[in-house]
Parts: sequence; structure tokens; C-alpha cells
Amino acid sequence: MKGIGVSPGIAIGKAFILKKAKSSISGILLKDSTEVLLEIERFDKAVELAVIEIEGIRDNSVLSDDDLAILETQIELLTDPQIKADVIEKINSDKKNANDALIEVTGNYVQLFEGMEDEYMRARAADVQDIGNRILKQLTEPGNTPPKKFEPNTIIIAEDIAPSDTITMDINYIAGFATQAGSRTSHAAIIAKSKGIPSVVGCGEELSRVNTNDVIILDGSTGLVFINPEQEVIEEYTLKRDVYRNQSVKLKALKDAPAITTDGKEITLLANISGAGDMETVFENGGEGVGLLRTEMLFMDRDSFPTEDEQFEFYKNVALRSKGKPIIVRTIDIGGDKHLPYFNLPAELNPFLGYRAIRICLDRKELFITQLKAILRASVFGDLRIMLPMISNVQEIRSAKSILNEAKVELANDTIAFNADIKVGVMIEIPSAAVTADILAKEVDFFSIGTNDLCQYTLAVDRMNEKISHLYDPYNPGVLRLISNVIEQGHKNHIEVGMCGEMASDPLATLLLLGMGLKDFSMSATSIPIIKNIIINNSESMAKQVYQKVMEMDSSADIIAYLREVVL
Amino acid sequence: MITKDYVILAPQGIHARPATTLIRLTKNFKSAVSLKKGDKVVRLNSMLNILSMTIKGGETISVIIEGEDEVKATEAIDLFFTEQLKEL
Repeated sequence: MKGIGVSPGIAIGKAFILKKAKSSISGILLKDSTEVLLEIERFDKAVELAVIEIEGIRDNSVLSDDDLAILETQIELLTDPQIKADVIEKINSDKKNANDALIEVTGNYVQLFEGMEDEYMRARAADVQDIGNRILKQLTEPGNTPPKKFEPNTIIIAEDIAPSDTITMDINYIAGFATQAGSRTSHAAIIAKSKGIPSVVGCGEELSRVNTNDVIILDGSTGLVFINPEQEVIEEYTLKRDVYRNQSVKLKALKDAPAITTDGKEITLLANISGAGDMETVFENGGEGVGLLRTEMLFMDRDSFPTEDEQFEFYKNVALRSKGKPIIVRTIDIGGDKHLPYFNLPAELNPFLGYRAIRICLDRKELFITQLKAILRASVFGDLRIMLPMISNVQEIRSAKSILNEAKVELANDTIAFNADIKVGVMIEIPSAAVTADILAKEVDFFSIGTNDLCQYTLAVDRMNEKISHLYDPYNPGVLRLISNVIEQGHKNHIEVGMCGEMASDPLATLLLLGMGLKDFSMSATSIPIIKNIIINNSESMAKQVYQKVMEMDSSADIIAYLREVVL
Repeated sequence: MITKDYVILAPQGIHARPATTLIRLTKNFKSAVSLKKGDKVVRLNSMLNILSMTIKGGETISVIIEGEDEVKATEAIDLFFTEQLKEL
């Protein structure tokens, strides 16, 4: 059986079927105004008791901030004046009793939320149902319900799990959750994830085949659920479960640890991303911002250039999720190996040496200014920075900055807000830029070294050509001298220097780069814990020695062999 | 009566958690506070009504504050939308 894996990890255990008491309408009608008043009183009392019950849980248990927030929200919903008004209206005008009135009102709101377009809001139907059930329970049998206790390694099987269920349950022994209903944003999913309990939601009708005490395996990453599996499957998954537990403990321990060397040098670990959807993974892996936001995704898979508004939405969505951390936006980097169906670039003999990136932008100013205006507009929502790719000389920077100024003036004339002091940097990926880093540094706020292109241009090696792939070698002493020069010149001119190429995520290079004085490492989010592990277990002074030693070596074979020895 | 416009700075918009904080914040004041998005106006005391407006990140809403302590209430609401909301 397959559902949606919402909280990773593997659970193996015995099923416990969580059943919800179904409530039905009695159809009883009230006879007179005395009964009406009594029913309203009964409803008020039930709400009061339900609030007391939740407050009791809140005050008598050790809860995370997330749990606490859920309980506070429940209290707000229980005492919602709109619900009260609707229920009283039904008792007063329709002469329904409190139970029936409440069931109807709850049902209406559940329907309203379920019908919403927004996935998050749809999932709120469960919250409304939950508080409805709580009040109803107080109407039928007033008083507190003790928390449910379970045997060790219990897997909860339910139609859906209500917000307060996960809090009122004694979760210590719960190994996993599987539910028929639900989505990624449903409550059960969020809670399971925050508590690290493997969970699968949206399994559908099939899950009702499960009986209490059936042996269940669930894989919260793939969404697979096995009912009474063969011994071999159990053994295979037991092994998987233990491996996952070990890894996640190690990575988790690193997530919130600052990336500081043993002798106190602070390093910033950033992520390379392609859109707002990647932001969650960035923070999950302990990333402290974005060192490279590729904007190609915006331009690909469509029939025409995106408008300023479309681009603005894209950058704004990233900025809104950035928690105030820096986001370095690389401007259009098309051409070379990246083509657009609607932008007819003539075939070139040497596309990598041709019409691409900043060269297109400076030639087709209208494209560039549209992008810059969109980035500027989004800069009020977060710490966005602009990075220019493929810079080969200082004039290109000056031209780009003058177009940026035009963009600012246009926005200011239309009284549109933007960050006037937005930082501007360049990607160092052409050898001439690396060699003249001292000149370029005076024009910009930061450098970011793009090792992939820097390597292929320095060594005159096409990185797509398999015949010469052995020559594509970032450890070539020539490449290393260029990188080292860029970092040194950056420091001399007091600007930040980062790296967003593959080398930043290569564990072999970490100490060497650290020794050169690199401060910002940007890589795919999942590589961050591995690199952080190297940084926090080594010292800057040792890294400097590594760097000096490497610079004395004459071949990359020796350098790689030496680095292997040091790192492993 | 004071009316103020705010851009929602939280990526998820006004979901349950910030709505709870906001409702509790306005309970500290005597003024009647309403929320307006497009043509829709709701009183800022009902979680259901706030949620059913589906206010998303980046959208603009207006807050209408009316009552004897409206100046003080506005200050608190201002702080909520410009600072606190980002952290919720």
C-alpha cells in the first residue's frame, strides 16, 4: 500500500486502530423558551469545560512551542464568537438542541474549509472538526478524558488524526502514524514531522483492512506501508530503520551547531537553490542563507520572457521564506549550454566563449532592466543581493551598475519601494576576472567564485567533452592560484568572498579553502552537514598549514593524494 | 477611526498561529478592530472568520481600529504586522 510519506524514518510495530465516535443528529425540537435558555446554558457550560480540559493539558504537560501554539489556537477556536453566534441562532430560531446545533454548525464550517483552494486552509477543516468533537463530548459526558496509553512500538492507524489527538496521546511509545486521509500540510503531518515520528498519510480506503495488533511497517520517506509482511521484509526494514536512526541523530546534532573551527573562525554555510520551494530544505540542513539563487527556472519551460510581475513574484516568494538571511540572486545566465525556445540565439562555434549571460544583458538592456526592477521590488521582503555572472572586465560591471541605477530611478519615479542600498557582487568565473580581482574589488560589494566555469576557462577544457574530462581538474595549481588570489584581493579590499561552485561542496577541498581564507561556502543544501562536520572538527591554523603545503606542490595528483591523507 | 494598510511579511500568510496571537493582542484593547481584504470585512475576534479570508504572504490587507483607545491599539497592531508576524 502506498500513501504520502510526510515524516521520514521507518517504523515497525503493532497496529492500534484509533476510532472516532460518530455523532448523529437527534432531530429533537425544543418546546419553549425555557428549554431554549437551558440549551444555550448547556452549550456555554460545555465550551467552558472543553477550554478547562485543554488548559489542563497545557498546564500539566511538558510541551514544545509547536504543541503549545496548537493548544492556544484550539482555545481560540473553542471560544470563537462566530461559532457561538451560529449555534445560539440555531437553538433560538430553529429550536434545535445544543448537540444538533453544534453538529450542524461544525459541519458547515468543515465543508467551507474543505472547499477552499488553499491546501493549508483545507487542512484546517480538521481543526474545526476537532473542537466540535471536544464540545460535543462535554455535552454528552462532561469531564476530562485521561490521555491514552499505548504499548511500546505502537503504530497508530486512523482515518485522520485530529490536532489535539497527538498532544493528548502519550506519544512516547508511538513508533509511527498511518492515516487514510490527509495531505502534506495536514495537522498529523506537521506534528509527526516536528516530533520525528515516521508517518504516512493519505493511504486511502485500503488502510481500513488493518486490524489491531497486525504487524505494520511504514516508511515515512517513500510512503510505503506493509501489513503483516514476510520475515525477510521485516529484517530488511529493521536494518534500514537502524541506519536511518544513526544518521539522523548525527545530522540533527549538527543542524543547529554554528560552523566554527576549533580555534574560533566563523564560517558561513549557504545553499544553492532554484526557487522558493527549496528554502525549507536549506534551513532543515542548517543553511544560513542562499549563496546562489539560479534564475534560469524562471525563463525555461515557457513560450515567452517572464514579465516583471511574474519575476517579482518569484523573487518575492524566495525573500518571504528567507527569515532575514541573505539571498544572492544571479542575474540571467542563459546562453552557453542553456537555451530558450522563444529566444532565438544563433548557433555558435564556441557557445561557452560566446553570447551569454551578462553579455546578453548588456546588449539587450530591456531584458536586463526588467529583471533588475523585479529583484529591486522584491528586495523590500528580504536581504536580496544581486550577482552578475560572466564578468571579464571592469567596464561590464560599470555598465551593469548604470543600468541598475536606471532601474532604481524608474521605480523611484513610480514611487515603488525598493532597497536602494542593495548589494551588488560579481561571479568570478573568467580567468581575467580572477587575475584582476584587485581592480574589480573596488567596484563591488562581494565576490563569489564559480569554480566550474573558472576551471574550464583556465584549463581550456570543455567540461562536456568526455575525451578530455581528465584534464578538467579544479586542483590544478593554476586554478588554485587564481582562487587564492581572488580571496586575498577580496580581503585586502574589505569585501566578502564566497564560493558557489562544486568545489565548495567537495570535502577534499574544505580545509584548503578554509586555509586560503574563504568565509562563505555555498552548495546544495544536503551537502551542508558534511562540510560543517569538517569545519567544526578542524582548526583554521591547521587549515593554513594545509594551504601552504599545497601551494608548494607542483601537480594536482600530489595535491589530491595529500588532501586525502589530511581529510580522511 | 484609524485605517492602516499592511503587506503580510510572513510567507504562510495569516495562518492559525499568527491569527491566535493577533486575536489575543486585540483583546487587550477596548477598540473594535476589523480586518479588510478586497471587499470582505470581518471582526478581528473570530479565528474562523480570519482564517476563512485566506490571507496569504505578500498580500495587502487593511486594519480598521475604532474606539477610545484606538491610538494605543494601532501601535500594538503596527508592531505585530511590521515585526512580530515575521517570526510567527
